[in-house]
Amino acid sequence: MVLLTLMAAITVGVVRLRNLFAVVVLGGIYSFLMASVMIVLDAVDVAMTEASVGAGVSTVLMLGTLYLTKTEETRPAHTPLLPLVVAGITGIALVYGSFALPPFGVADAPIHMHVAPYYLENSLRDTLVPNVVTSVLASYRGYDTLGETAVIFTAGIAVLMLLKGRRDVKPGPKRKRVRR
Amino acid sequence: MRLDIVFRVAAKMFIPFILVFALYVQFHGDFGPGGGFQAGVMAGAMVIFYAIIFGLEAAQRIVPPRVVELMVPAGVAIYAGVGVASMLLGENFLNYSPFAHDPAHGQEYGILLVEAGVFVTVSGTMTVIFYTFVGRGR
Amino acid sequence: MAILEQTVAHYNHWVMIFLMISGLYIVVARGNMVKKLVGLGLFQTSVYLLYISPGKILGGTPPILGEGLGPYSNPLPHVLILTAIVVGVATLALGLALVVRINESFGTIEEDEIFAEEDDT
Repeated sequence: MVLLTLMAAITVGVVRLRNLFAVVVLGGIYSFLMASVMIVLDAVDVAMTEASVGAGVSTVLMLGTLYLTKTEETRPAHTPLLPLVVAGITGIALVYGSFALPPFGVADAPIHMHVAPYYLENSLRDTLVPNVVTSVLASYRGYDTLGETAVIFTAGIAVLMLLKGRRDVKPGPKRKRVRR
Repeated sequence: MRLDIVFRVAAKMFIPFILVFALYVQFHGDFGPGGGFQAGVMAGAMVIFYAIIFGLEAAQRIVPPRVVELMVPAGVAIYAGVGVASMLLGENFLNYSPFAHDPAHGQEYGILLVEAGVFVTVSGTMTVIFYTFVGRGR
Repeated sequence: MAILEQTVAHYNHWVMIFLMISGLYIVVARGNMVKKLVGLGLFQTSVYLLYISPGKILGGTPPILGEGLGPYSNPLPHVLILTAIVVGVATLALGLALVVRINESFGTIEEDEIFAEEDDT
């Protein structure tokens, strides 16, 4: 609960700050907090991934982009009133909906009734792998993981296509600086 | 950064352990938390760390971009190849049962192979993305 | 007392909702492309929380089987989110690559300035 509150506090910082460098560093802290929350919620595999991906690789990529672009955000031209109202209404609707959800941590919630007991009971017999997450990931739901791997492959190829090769500097109206 | 001896020595000490830990996470994923995704990201992070401390050229001498770009499709090929192999052995696509004398052992080997494919793709993609971003900046 | 009970039972949902609407607000209200991607990441992590937190059983252990352990928390959301995180960083990298290209051809990553420049030409 303390961790979740800390995460909410960091989110306020992310929303308010205008220096993108600070925002990215706060994002790294946020990811580490998220990883701690995942450990508390018994998702050790997810925590490991979040700590290495969210706090490690994506922070480095964001900083690399900031190095290539610029680190200060301009003041927004529009008033943020309309987005605020939209976000507020969405939030109220979601809170109203949350009362119908099963309370946190009970063992007889619908999510624990369907396929999860099958995985937990049969994983060791079917695959000899005690870590159920691994056996579900690679064996029971192997198609999913093949698809995810293909998505990562596609994203890697797309980044290569966008950024590799010569930077074509074309003079003309497109390249002129914009007035502030 | 390049001249800072503390960083260089510390990096030299850390990097082998990061690589060993990534391989541990990869092969111990059956018994504890871990697996191909996490290990791949860690291996990619090791290359990124090395490139940050010692410069992009030094990193690309050790892990050439050509190899990394080959790793990206190779992992998917390993994964799909395991599926095709199981089909050729008379089972459904991605059903690993016929890989060993009894189905459960077959599943274990299949999971190991598939995780290796995931590892190759993920580590290759992370490294390749970092190389292209940094290569753009100069 | 009833309010306190509701708070304990739904605190995870409420924090999740707060993170989600903050991400939504950043994506809609801010013109800076990198900030928009950060907001998208916030929204994404709130979805991770939405998936993982119902899978927890109070007093449960991580789903790694062993003698005398249990009950185990639900492994299925862990699997789904595990892959979602890695796919998330791949798509984030794609978005950042697009931002870099936009910066190269327009000289800015602010939405309003790009629109102004489009109108000029």
